[in-house]
Amino acid sequence: MNSPTPLPPIKRIDPSRAPKVVDPRHDTLGAADAIAAAVAPGSSNRVERMRIDDLSIAYGTKPAVRNVTLPVREGEVLALIGPSGCGKTTLLRSLNRLTELTDTAVATGSITLNGDDIHALEATDLRRRVSMVFQQPNPFPMSIFDNVAYAIREQAARRPSKSALAPLVREALEDAGLWDEVGDNLDHPALRLSGGQQQRLCIARALASKPEVLLMDEPCSALDPKSTEIIEELITRLREKVAIVIVTHNLQQAHRVGDNVAFMYLGELVEYGTVEQVFNAPRAERTQNYVGGVFG
Amino acid sequence: MSTSTQPKVVHRRGKDTVKSWPLPDRIAYFSCWAVGIGLCLVAAGLILFMLNKGLQYVSLDLIFSNPAVGSDQSQTGGFLAPLLGTVILTLVGTIIAIPLGVATAIWIVEYGRPTRLARAVESGIEVVAGTPSIVLGIFGLLLFSNGIFSFMSFRALGGAVAGRSFLTAGAMMSLIALPLIFTSTREALQQVPAQVREASYALGKTKWSTIRKVLIPTARPGILTGTALGMGRIAGDTAIVVILLGATMQIEKVGSAPIVSTLRGTGSTLTSYVYNNSPAGEGNAPQKAYAAAFVLLLLVLALNFGIDILSRRSKKEIV
Repeated sequence: MNSPTPLPPIKRIDPSRAPKVVDPRHDTLGAADAIAAAVAPGSSNRVERMRIDDLSIAYGTKPAVRNVTLPVREGEVLALIGPSGCGKTTLLRSLNRLTELTDTAVATGSITLNGDDIHALEATDLRRRVSMVFQQPNPFPMSIFDNVAYAIREQAARRPSKSALAPLVREALEDAGLWDEVGDNLDHPALRLSGGQQQRLCIARALASKPEVLLMDEPCSALDPKSTEIIEELITRLREKVAIVIVTHNLQQAHRVGDNVAFMYLGELVEYGTVEQVFNAPRAERTQNYVGGVFG
Repeated sequence: MSTSTQPKVVHRRGKDTVKSWPLPDRIAYFSCWAVGIGLCLVAAGLILFMLNKGLQYVSLDLIFSNPAVGSDQSQTGGFLAPLLGTVILTLVGTIIAIPLGVATAIWIVEYGRPTRLARAVESGIEVVAGTPSIVLGIFGLLLFSNGIFSFMSFRALGGAVAGRSFLTAGAMMSLIALPLIFTSTREALQQVPAQVREASYALGKTKWSTIRKVLIPTARPGILTGTALGMGRIAGDTAIVVILLGATMQIEKVGSAPIVSTLRGTGSTLTSYVYNNSPAGEGNAPQKAYAAAFVLLLLVLALNFGIDILSRRSKKEIV
């Protein structure tokens, strides 16, 4: 056996002498960094509900999300921030496989829910466990009761009776902070509620199936400031029950409700960390530029 | 005066009267106005004429007695059988048309694959919608005279299939109502925002539960409107009745089974009754024709009104 040729010594760059990155396209913390960052300080004791691993999604040939790795933990709110078109909504929708409704969407990488690949689960089952609230309040054109009951019905083999559903509907509406306002009028059409109430009804609907993860796609962007405040309080309260991933355009909102923040840009995950770290001491220059506009 | 007061409004729109309009605008305006008034007059004239003639000749006696054979108007009885015939035929046609129309619309809007087939189906329905009912009638007679359809009508003495019955006429009538039901259901489904479907999928619902529990209830007012239009068209059609229902004034049952015997049998409707009794037909009993036409008009108007209320109520339930 020949003696192994010695490998050339690994050239290490002294961080202090490293050239400053000027090209914004290279200003990403690499995949390894992202994974390292994924185990963000102070949250490692939380149960990890979902893990996104090296996920890329493209619509046809147009990439929307590139090599993203992120954890979603119970008891925490993960805020996805970034400019329009940065892929944060696509990333969110891939978590309950809603991206599959778009024919051209192609995904690589893996997403797990409690360790199981979500693509091995039935889509219907997954979407009950990882439920979603949309940007526009979209209650169904039926009564308030039926809106929530619809989410629970058909889950069991036999169709549950209205009286059996009533306590579950009430619980969901209470969780969404809507019971006091609509408890007496459950037969009213949901579309007659105000925008803020409609959105809380959608939250109640999403909570009715007792999900493990709640996805929220800019849930306040169509609402007035008062309703926004109510929903933000709700998010803070719900965090104890369910892991929340929220997409938001609004940096203050991310700051107010988020525990961890992921900043995305052009489909890439630029930075992931705790709210304090991302907003006060961003590591990447692009994060700095983005959040600096507000908190600088 | 002018220097001391502040100028209040610099640009105030001049009084917009028709007189200030340019001549072509005025001519167009008055033409539209005249045409509108003219149409109202035609509708009012029609209703008033029918009201006048109808109220003059219609009586409960006429409505609740059956046609009879006689040489004089006073002996030929009333039009209970044709009235029932209209109701039966309309129901048969609608009951066939609703599931077909709604299902086709759901398939086109929610699935629509393969695209070419979907397009072919849509043009097919357009062709059916544009086919004169007399053509449908003659085609139906040809079709249902085949031996395999003998269960829908009856065999004449020589063993030939008559092809005429409430069932065969109703089946062809359903083709008249189908395009209307299809179109209004399709429009209603297309108006349901995509986010409502998405919301249902996001709750872990299958496509089928989404269609059944969310989309059909939402589209119900549209389905009802199309149904009302279709029922009106069926009740008002004469050609198919004359060809496919036969010319028996009375309802002639076939066999002894309770409902099936009527459905397999022949009869008449208000439209064929009007035709037969009008000076153009053989009955030559214009008074009865007027009375029956009046009842038919009321029936269709009441139908439209009733469905309107129903569709408004079902809209109120959801919005």
